[in-house]
Amino acid sequence: MSEHIVPVRIYITIFLVLLTGTALTVLAAFYDFPWQFNTIVALTIATVKATFVVLYFMHVRYSSRLVWVVIASALFWMAILFALTFGDYNTRRLDHTRTSGVVILR
Amino acid sequence: MKAIESFEVPAPPKVNYINAQYGLKSWLLTRDHKRIALLYLVSITFFFFIGGIYALMIRLELLTPQGDFLQSTTYNKVFTQHGIIMIFFFLIPSIPATLGNFLIPMMIGAKDLAFPRINLLSWYIYILGGVVTIYALLAGGVDTGWTFYTPYSTTFSNSYVVATGLGIFINGFSSILTGLNFIVTIHTMRAPGMTWFRLPLFIWSHYATSLIMILGTPVIAITILLLAFERLSGVGIFNPARGGDPVLFQHLFWFYSHPAVYIMVLPSMGVISELIANFSRKNIFGYSFVAFSSLAIAVFGFLVWGHHLFVTSQSVYAGMIFSFLSFAVAIPSAIKVFNWTATLYKSSIIYDTPMLFGLGFIGLFTIGGMTGLFLASLGTDVHLSDTYFVVAHFHYIMVGGALMGYLGGLHYWWPKISGRMYPEGWGRFSALVIYVGFNLTFLPQFVAGYLGMPRRYHAYPPEFQVFNVLSTAGASILGFGMLIPAIYFVWSMRYGKHAEPNPWHLPGLEWRTSSPPPTENFEVTPIVTWDAYEFAPPEETEVVGRFRPELERI
Amino acid sequence: MSSEATTAEVHGHRALQHHFANMEQQREAGTLGMWVFLVTELMFFGGMFLAYTLYRSMYPAAFASASNHLDIKLGTLNTVVLIMSSFTMAMAVYFTQMGRQRRQVICLVLTLLLGLTFLGVKGVEYYDKYEDRLIPGHLIPGRSFDPEVQKEGEPPDHHKLHLLPGATKDNVEMFYWIYFAMTGMHALHMIIGAGLLTFLLIFSLRGRFDPEYHSPVEVIGLYWHFVDIIWIFLFPLLYLLGRHFEHG
Repeated sequence: MSEHIVPVRIYITIFLVLLTGTALTVLAAFYDFPWQFNTIVALTIATVKATFVVLYFMHVRYSSRLVWVVIASALFWMAILFALTFGDYNTRRLDHTRTSGVVILR
Repeated sequence: MKAIESFEVPAPPKVNYINAQYGLKSWLLTRDHKRIALLYLVSITFFFFIGGIYALMIRLELLTPQGDFLQSTTYNKVFTQHGIIMIFFFLIPSIPATLGNFLIPMMIGAKDLAFPRINLLSWYIYILGGVVTIYALLAGGVDTGWTFYTPYSTTFSNSYVVATGLGIFINGFSSILTGLNFIVTIHTMRAPGMTWFRLPLFIWSHYATSLIMILGTPVIAITILLLAFERLSGVGIFNPARGGDPVLFQHLFWFYSHPAVYIMVLPSMGVISELIANFSRKNIFGYSFVAFSSLAIAVFGFLVWGHHLFVTSQSVYAGMIFSFLSFAVAIPSAIKVFNWTATLYKSSIIYDTPMLFGLGFIGLFTIGGMTGLFLASLGTDVHLSDTYFVVAHFHYIMVGGALMGYLGGLHYWWPKISGRMYPEGWGRFSALVIYVGFNLTFLPQFVAGYLGMPRRYHAYPPEFQVFNVLSTAGASILGFGMLIPAIYFVWSMRYGKHAEPNPWHLPGLEWRTSSPPPTENFEVTPIVTWDAYEFAPPEETEVVGRFRPELERI
Repeated sequence: MSSEATTAEVHGHRALQHHFANMEQQREAGTLGMWVFLVTELMFFGGMFLAYTLYRSMYPAAFASASNHLDIKLGTLNTVVLIMSSFTMAMAVYFTQMGRQRRQVICLVLTLLLGLTFLGVKGVEYYDKYEDRLIPGHLIPGRSFDPEVQKEGEPPDHHKLHLLPGATKDNVEMFYWIYFAMTGMHALHMIIGAGLLTFLLIFSLRGRFDPEYHSPVEVIGLYWHFVDIIWIFLFPLLYLLGRHFEHG
C-alpha cells in the first residue's frame, strides 16, 4: 500500500485551527473595518480554513500532482466565470452614455 | 516494423460481446461498455428522428411567406423543441456515448471503462431525462426557444418550461458521468506502453470533450434550477421588474452553452483525424499540434460566451474582449484543418464511404467556421444577429461538421461494432445525397440571413421565399439521404457481408481484435510499442485499392 | 496453505473489480473519479456564488439588513458542528487505514450524528423564516414573502426586519431567495452525504473494509469535506456580512 497515513496529531491541530478561524471570523464581523475590508478579512479567513481542510483532511498535501492539477483547474474555471462576467458588469457605466440595464426597485 | 497486413490475427472466437449472453435483462443490466454503446446508439437514433420531424415541420411552414401551416405559438414550440432534442438528446451525447463508449477502452488497451456501472447509470439517466422531456412535449410543449431567455420563460410563457427544464437537467448528469468516466479511464487505464503521445487523436478529442462536460454542464444545471425556482416562486432572480437581471441568465446560460458546441464538434474532429489518417494511409501531419489544439479548443471555448450577448446591454468593452477571444478560438480549429489537409497531400487516398464523410467535413466545417468570424466581429454581428445567417452558420458546423463525423465514424467502425459490412455502393450514394441535400438546405439560408430574414419567424416578407423554397427542397433531399443508412445498417446486421477483424488493414489497437470483439476486448492485454498511425512503408504493403471484402464466415 | 490465500493470490483482493489490473489502479481511479466529481460540484455552486456576488453589489444595504436578521448563534453553532464532523470523518478514514474497525464505526456514527444535527438546526432556522413570512415569492401558497418591518421608536423585536438606510423590503427578498437556494442546495448535499454515510456504516459493520481496501470511506470522506468547505464560505457570506453595521 503506497497510501500515506496522516498522524492523528495533525488532524487535531487542523481541527483546532479551524475552530480558531471560526471564532476569529465571527469576532471580526462585528468590528467596522474601513472600505471593503470586512469582506476581505472574512473571505481570507474562509480561504485559509478551506485550504487546511483540502490539504490535510482531504490529503491533498500527500496526493499526486494530478490531483493538484484537478483542483487548480477547478479554481481557474471559477475564476474565468467570475472574471469575465464581472468584466461585463464593472465596465458598463464607463462611458456614461448607457445605463446598466438593471432596474433598481425603489 | 513488420507490415501491419502480416499481423497474425488469432482464430476468431465463437463468442463475442453480442452473443455472449442473450435476453433483455443481459442488455439492460449490462456493464459491458460495448453493449452500453449500442443502447445509446438505439436511443440516440430515436431522438434524432423526433428532432428531424420537428425540422420537417419547420421547413414545411417556411415554404410560404404566410404563417399558414402552423399557428405562431405552435411554430414557436416546434423550433424550440427541434433545438432542445437535437442539441441535448442527439448532438451532445452522439459520438461520445456511442463511438466513445465503444472505442475508448479498446483504443487504450483496457477491458472496460473505469466505472462500468456508472456508465450504465448514465444511460438510464439519459433515458429518464428523455422521458421527462417527451412528456413535456406531449403535454403541450415549450415555446421559449431552446435558449429559455428570461423573463419570457420565467414569467410570461404559458408552456411547460419547468418540466422541459427538468428533463434537460436530468440529462445533464448523463453527460457529466460520461465525461467523468472518460477522464478517469484515459488517465489510469492505458495499457503498458500506451503513452499519451501514442494515443489515437480520437482519444485526445474525447479527453478534451470530457473536460468541457465536467466544467461546463454543472453551470447550466444550476441555471435551469434557478429558472425553475423563479418560475415557481415568482421571485426576481432574472426578472427586471422584481430587481433581477435577465442578462445574468444569459451569462450563466451561455457559459455552458457555448462550450457545449465544442462538446458537439470535438468528438467529430477526433473521428475525422482517424478517417483522414487511416484512409490516406499516412501518419497524421503534426500529431502533437492536433492533440494540443483539442485541448486549446476546450480551454478557449470557455472564454468566448459573451459573443452571444453582443446585442444585449452587455458592456461594449466586454464585447471587445469576447470578440477578440472568439477570433482566437478559431485558431486551433484552423490548425486542425490545415493539418488534415497536409495529411492528405501526397497520400494514397481511398475514397470509401467513411473518407467521403471525412472530406465532406473538412469543407463544410471550414465554411461554418469562417462564417462564425462574421458573427464574432462586433459590427457585422449587429447586422447578422438573430437572422438566418446565424442559423446557417451553426447548422454548417453541427450538421455539416458534427453529423458528418458521426456518420463517417459509424461507417468506419461498423464492421467492428456489428461484425458486418454495410453495402459500400449504397454508402457512397448516401454520402453524396446527404452532401448535396445539406448544402442545398443551408447555403440559401446564409444569403437570406444576410439580406435580413430573421430567425424564429413563421411568417416572413415574400422576397425571401425563393431561399426558403430551395432550403426546403434541400431538406427533403437531406432527409431522404439520411434514411438510407438507417435502412442499410439495419439490413446489414442480418444480410451484410461478415467482416474480418481488420477489414480496412489498419494499425489501430481496435483492429487487433475480432469483429465483433469478445466481451473483455482483448484475449491478452496488449503491450504497445508503436505510434498511433504507423503505416508500413509502401514496399512492404500490398496495394490496397478499392475495398474488396473477403468473405469469411465466422 | 489455506485455499483462501491461494484464491487471493490468483484473483487479487476480493474487492478487485475485473477490469482493473490491481488494487492500486482501482484505488487511483476511484480517488480521481471523486475529485473530478467535486470539480463539477464546485462549478455547480459557483453559479449561485456568482449570482450572490452580483446582487450583493447591487443591493448592499438590503443584503446587510437581511443578513443581520439571520440568527448568528445558530449559524456559528452549525459551522462548529460541521467542522467537528469533518474531523470525525478524517478520523474515520484514519482508523480504517489502521484496521481499527470499532473506532472507525464510532467515528462514522459521530459524523452522521453531527451531520443530522446540522440539518436539524437548519430546519429550526427555516421554520423561523416560515413563521416570519420570509420564504421568498409565493413558494408557500397563501404565505407570500411579507415580513414585518421594524419601525422607528418601536421596542426591538427580533421577529421584525430592521432595514438599514437604503434597503427596501423588495430588495431584501433578493437576499432571501439566494439564502434559501444556497443553503437549501447545501442541505440537500448534506442529506445525500448522510445517506452515503449510512451505507458506509452498514458496510463497515459487516467488516467490508480493511487497510487494503477502504476506497469508499476515503472517497465519501472527500465528498463530506467538500460540503463542509461550501459551508465555510456560505457562513461568512450569508451570516456575517452586515454585522459591522449593527450598533448595539
